[in-house]
Amino acid sequence: MTITSNSTEIVPTAVTSDREFDDLITDVRDPKHITLSYEQVEALGRDLDELRARVVADLGEKDREYLYSVIRAQRGFEIAGRGLMYLGFFPPAWIAAVGALSVSKILDNMEIGHNVMHGQYDWMREDTYNSREFEWDTVCPADQWRHSHNYMHHTFTNILGEDRDIGYGILRMARDQKWNPYYLGNLAYATGLMLLFEWGVMLHDLEVENIVAGKRKWYDVKGLVKGMWRKAGRQVLKDYVVFPALTGPLFVPTLVGNATANLVRNVWTYSIIFCGHFPSGAQTFTSEECENETRGQWYLRQMLGSANITGSPLFHIMSGNLSHQIEHHLFPDLPASRYPEMSGEVREICERYGLPYNTGSFSHQLGSTWKKIAKLSLPNFMTRDDDDLVVTVERSKSAAA
Amino acid sequence: MSIRIPDLVGSIVEAALSPHPVDRYLELVDPMMTWRDLRAKVVAVDHPTSRTVRLTLQPTRQWQGHSAGQYVQLSTVINGVRHVRCFSPANAANTPSGALELTITAHDDGFVSSHLREHAHAGMVVGLSQAAGEFTLPDDRPRSAVFISGGSGITPVLSMVRTLVTEGYPGPITFVHYARTPADVAYRAELTALAGATPAFDLRLHYTRGDDAEHFTAAHLADIPRFDDAHLFVCGPPALMNAVDEFYDTSGLTQPLHSEAFTLAAPIAVDPDAPVDGELTFLRSGRSATNDGRTILDQAESAGLSPESGCRMGICFSCTAIKKSGCTRNVLTGETDTEADTQIQLCINAPVGDVEIEV
Ligand code: FES
Repeated sequence: MTITSNSTEIVPTAVTSDREFDDLITDVRDPKHITLSYEQVEALGRDLDELRARVVADLGEKDREYLYSVIRAQRGFEIAGRGLMYLGFFPPAWIAAVGALSVSKILDNMEIGHNVMHGQYDWMREDTYNSREFEWDTVCPADQWRHSHNYMHHTFTNILGEDRDIGYGILRMARDQKWNPYYLGNLAYATGLMLLFEWGVMLHDLEVENIVAGKRKWYDVKGLVKGMWRKAGRQVLKDYVVFPALTGPLFVPTLVGNATANLVRNVWTYSIIFCGHFPSGAQTFTSEECENETRGQWYLRQMLGSANITGSPLFHIMSGNLSHQIEHHLFPDLPASRYPEMSGEVREICERYGLPYNTGSFSHQLGSTWKKIAKLSLPNFMTRDDDDLVVTVERSKSAAA
Repeated sequence: MSIRIPDLVGSIVEAALSPHPVDRYLELVDPMMTWRDLRAKVVAVDHPTSRTVRLTLQPTRQWQGHSAGQYVQLSTVINGVRHVRCFSPANAANTPSGALELTITAHDDGFVSSHLREHAHAGMVVGLSQAAGEFTLPDDRPRSAVFISGGSGITPVLSMVRTLVTEGYPGPITFVHYARTPADVAYRAELTALAGATPAFDLRLHYTRGDDAEHFTAAHLADIPRFDDAHLFVCGPPALMNAVDEFYDTSGLTQPLHSEAFTLAAPIAVDPDAPVDGELTFLRSGRSATNDGRTILDQAESAGLSPESGCRMGICFSCTAIKKSGCTRNVLTGETDTEADTQIQLCINAPVGDVEIEV
C-alpha cells in the first residue's frame, strides 16, 4: 500500500533514538518517505489495542457523571435560550437568547448526540443514552445518520469512492477525484453546505448524486424520505411554529432567533467536521490498497486520514471532542471525553513509528481546508501538486518472518 | 368533539421538547417527577437476616399495582452501569399506599443483590417495571390453599397469603417453608404474627442445614384440611420444585399445582478455553444452530438469517441485539459476559455454551 498525501505543513515527527523500532524504520533520512513493514503495522495495531483496553477497563461512574453533567449544561442553555426569547424585544436579550440556544444545539449535536450515537455510552445500559435509541436536535433522523456516518464513513474512512464524506457527493475534496467544470463552483457549494449543514447531513444517506445518475431508484429511498419528513417536520414545528407561537406577539423575533441559532450551529459543526479530514496532510486511499486490511492497517488508515485541532478544554467540549479526530477515528466507540487523555499516548505511538500526527490551530486547519476547496475547484494541471509525504506499507508478511 | 386541556398541554410540551423525552428534562430536577417513566423511591431499608435486605418502595404515579405472586424488574446503577433484576413484592396485592415491599437475598455471587444489601438507603431512586408474571392466585379462590416455598421463594407466596388474609379468606391456609437455619427465615416475625392472628393458618417451618436437616417429604403435607380441594402453590429452588413435582406425580394428585422457579439462573461457570458447544437460539425467527464458535453474526447468517450489520468489526453498532440469556465472549478482547437481557454487538461476540438472542 502506498499512501500519498499532499502535505506541506506536516512532516513526520522526529524519531526518538532510544526506541527499539529505530532500526525498523527504513528511511529516516528522507522525512517525506516513510516505509513501514507489515510487522511494524501489526505492532502499531497492538499498541493501540492495548491503549484501548486500558481505557475500556477504566470506564465507570465518572464517565457517566461526565455525560450527565454535559446534558445538564445543555438543558440549562436550552431553557435559558428559550426563556430569554420572551425578552426578544430587547436586542441584547435576543442576542443572549440566540447565543444560549446555539450553545445548547451545539452541545446536543456534538458532545452528546454524535458521541452517544456512536455507542460510546452503550455500556451504561441506559435506555435513552444508547446508540439505538438516542435522537438529536437536528433534522437528520438518528438511524439514517448511524448508517451514513457510523458505518459508511467510519468503516471506509477516506477511501475514494466509498467514503461519501469526501465531498458529500457535492464537492471535490481530493486531487484523485476526477475534475469536471461543475467543480468550478466548489467554493460556492461548500459555502452553501456550510450554511445549510443540518439539511445536507439529513440528505446524505439518500445519495442524491446516485439518484441523478440513475443508480438508485425512488423505491430504494422511499423509506428514507419518510423518515426525514417525520423527523424534519417535528424539528421545524418546534423551532418555527411552537416556540415562536408560545412567545405570542414576539413570534417573528423568536422565529428569527431560532433560525439564527440553527445557522450558528450549522456553521460551527461544518467547520469542525471539515477540519477533521480535509486539512492538508490528511490522506485519501483507494479501494485496492484497502482490500483485506488487517486491524493494524485499518488503524493506520484512520490515523493518516484524520486531523486534529489544538485548543482549550472548552473548545474540545464544544467540538464534541472531534478536535481529537485522530483519536475518535481510532476509537470511535470510546467516550469522547477520554480522547484528550489518550492523545498524548497516541501521539507518542505515532512518533515511535515515525508517523505524522496531523494537528494545528483551528484557524490553521480551517484555512488549510478552505484553501484546498478553492484549489480543487480547478483542474490538477492548473494548481501545484503539494510536496508529497509518502507512507509505504508492506501489505504482507516479510519473507523472513 | 371536546379537547381535553391536559392532553393539549401535554402534546404542546412534547412537541416543544422533541426529540428528547420529557422525562429527560424532569429527572434533572427530581428523578421522582416523571411524565411517563415508572420509578420508585426507597423509603425504608431494613435487614431482616444477615443475608437479606428489605426495601420499602414508593413508586411514582404510573404504578398500576401488582397481583400477588407477580414480579417486578428493579434497576439500579452500579459503577456507571444500569443493572436490572427481577424481584417479587411480598406485600399483599393493591396496598392502598401503592408501596411495595421487596426482600432481597444477597447470594454469594449475586452482584446486584449484594450491592443493594450494602448500599441501599432511604431516598435512593431506582427504576421499576410494571408487575408481570403468571404465577398468581386464581380468581375463583380455592377452598383450601397450600403454599410451599424455599429460601427467597417466600416472597411471591407470602404476597398471596397476605392477600388472602386481607380479603378475609375463609378456607384453611397451610404454609410450608424451607430455610437454611432458623436465622435465615426472612419473614419469621411476620409469619408468626400471621399464624397467631389467623385461626386457619398453619405454619410449618423446616430447616435444611445442620444435624437433622429436613428436605421436602410427603409427611410435611400431612393432615391438611380439605386437601383434596386445595390448590398447591410452589416457589423455590429447583431441588424443592422437583421434589414437589415428583410427589405430585407419584401420589396421583389432581388438584391444580401452581409453581414458579425463583432462583437466579445458576451463575454460569465459564471456561472460554473449553471446547465449543451449546445451542444458539434465535428467538425472533424461532431458529437455532449448534454453536460452532464463530461470531453470532456469522452463525446467524449461516442459519439463513440476515440481521442488520455494517462494519463487522465492532465499531458501527448496526448489529446490536438483545441477548436474553447465556454467556458470550468478545472476540477482540476475550472478555466474557453472562448478564441476561443486555444489548451485545453480534459481529464481535461469540457464544460460550447456550445463548438465546433476539434475532
Ligand atoms: S456490524 Fe458494525 S458493530 Fe457489528
